[in-house]
Amino acid sequence: MALSESAIGPRLYLQAQTRWRAVEILFWLATLLPYLLFPNYLSLASQIAIAALFALSLDLILGYAGIVSLGHAAFFGIGAYATGLVSKYGWGEPLSGLAIAALAAGIVGYATSFVICRFRHLALIMLTLGFGLLLAELANTLGWLTGGMDGLQGIHTWKLFGYLPFDLYGRAAYGYALVVLFVLFLFARRLIHSPFGLSLRGIRENFIRMPAIGAPSRAHIRTIYAIAAAIAGVAGALLAQTTETVSLDSLGFERSAEVVVMLVLGGAGRLYGGLVGAIIYMVARDQFSGVVPQYWYFWIGVLLVAVVMFLPKGILGGLAKLTARWGRS
Amino acid sequence: MNAPALATRGLAKNFGSLVVASDIDIELPKGVRYALIGPNGAGKTTLINLITGMLQPAAGRIILDDVDITALPPEQRVSRGLVRTYQINSLFPHLTALESVALAVCERTRAARIWWRQLNAYPHEIDEAYEILGALKLAAVCHRVTRELAYGQQRLLEIALALATKPKVLLLDEPAAGVPRDESKELFAAIAGLSSDITVLFIEHDMELVFRFATRIIVMVNGRVLTEGPPHEIAADPQVRAVYLGKNRRQAPQGSAQ
Repeated sequence: MALSESAIGPRLYLQAQTRWRAVEILFWLATLLPYLLFPNYLSLASQIAIAALFALSLDLILGYAGIVSLGHAAFFGIGAYATGLVSKYGWGEPLSGLAIAALAAGIVGYATSFVICRFRHLALIMLTLGFGLLLAELANTLGWLTGGMDGLQGIHTWKLFGYLPFDLYGRAAYGYALVVLFVLFLFARRLIHSPFGLSLRGIRENFIRMPAIGAPSRAHIRTIYAIAAAIAGVAGALLAQTTETVSLDSLGFERSAEVVVMLVLGGAGRLYGGLVGAIIYMVARDQFSGVVPQYWYFWIGVLLVAVVMFLPKGILGGLAKLTARWGRS
Repeated sequence: MNAPALATRGLAKNFGSLVVASDIDIELPKGVRYALIGPNGAGKTTLINLITGMLQPAAGRIILDDVDITALPPEQRVSRGLVRTYQINSLFPHLTALESVALAVCERTRAARIWWRQLNAYPHEIDEAYEILGALKLAAVCHRVTRELAYGQQRLLEIALALATKPKVLLLDEPAAGVPRDESKELFAAIAGLSSDITVLFIEHDMELVFRFATRIIVMVNGRVLTEGPPHEIAADPQVRAVYLGKNRRQAPQGSAQ
């Protein structure tokens, strides 16, 4: 391997890096397993798909551009409320609902990105946290619009393509969430392998060096922040459409923190990190809270500490290291 | 006579009461290899930081190719052809050498704004990056992650990144810092072999390298330009000798200019 890599030429080598690997295909095939093995857990499965999409959107800014956000739920919530409100007032078509959510969250994301791109590190964490809290309180205050503490009621999602209804068991909901997740994953995968994606990694690796190679880092950050916001908005919209309700916690601090935890568990900056993290987190929550409901955070805490201590690059980072060692020996 | 590739007029900078640059007038004609020398703390790196926009001057102007660039942000100076390297490696540790240089090329060609097409769709950028690495003898390690490269190779990668931006004026801050002597000669040979369209200004402490590779020399002391001229004049200059002999005999220009 080491010998051939310089021999095959730079273009082919880069091309090979973007090729689909067997593990990836297996992963996506496995996402169909809930239909066969856990038909009673399909609503959990769709929650996982939504969380995975949300974590994927955070990975684009945190894992790839190094922008740590503690207020990412703001965009999730904007997407959820946008779709929910449009549906409540008469337009419940699912796909255009997603587009509306993406647009609303993307616009707010782009507007805030002008502030975001000027800061790094702790200041950035506090800023995103501040934006998140601000928005959550705003939604609380505007009770006449958002339903406040009671949540947004009266959402009705129409049938998919006019004939596929969202059933009680979540069969359609999971399929729908999964397809949207897969399509946006393909989008993210393409973005990561684009010249722009390379630039994002440059920003993460050495922000200070970027201007010295002529890179407009701030413009890059604005672009990715808006894109990530739009995807988070779609995730929020999926939740609103499949549960037909939007509550205040959809844009609360807890959700922002949760998604960071998912990403750290799975491994930031690896595309699948958010997906794997979401699966582990949601399944753990479901299982642990079944045992002793009030203590389930304890176990998530244990898991988080263990992963950060022993697998600093997340579970996928640990696996990658293992397979690399295995491949070498 | 053509306009100088780069000029400064009355450039000054202070940190509070500490004056780090005052009244600096330099003029670099096109294609010349300039060495910037002076004792530690003379303000050599500060001057590069001022010229490239990493620091804002308190007074004075910077003129690139007859255009006043004093108010431009660093990345726009780069896209106009004013490029630097760093004394301490400032690279992208987890990118491969090829990825790093391709990144710099893509920023220049504006491909780096494209997020809907894969990098594979830009064969010219990839080939150009590969050629630059080849010219600096890094082609064999181009798929190696930067932090796993040997130190000397990382120094070359610094220069490769700068070349990828197609510089007109290249400012090299101690390009051979930390590199063993025999390797540093190779590194300077690579610099000497750069296209004659590129104007080069390099900071270097090794007088043997300075006198071998510079066509002109600028001497800085205490934030000021002491003198400027061709190597044989600088070597004979009593003021320069005084500065160096007072500090450190081994570094004296006259001692190593053969």
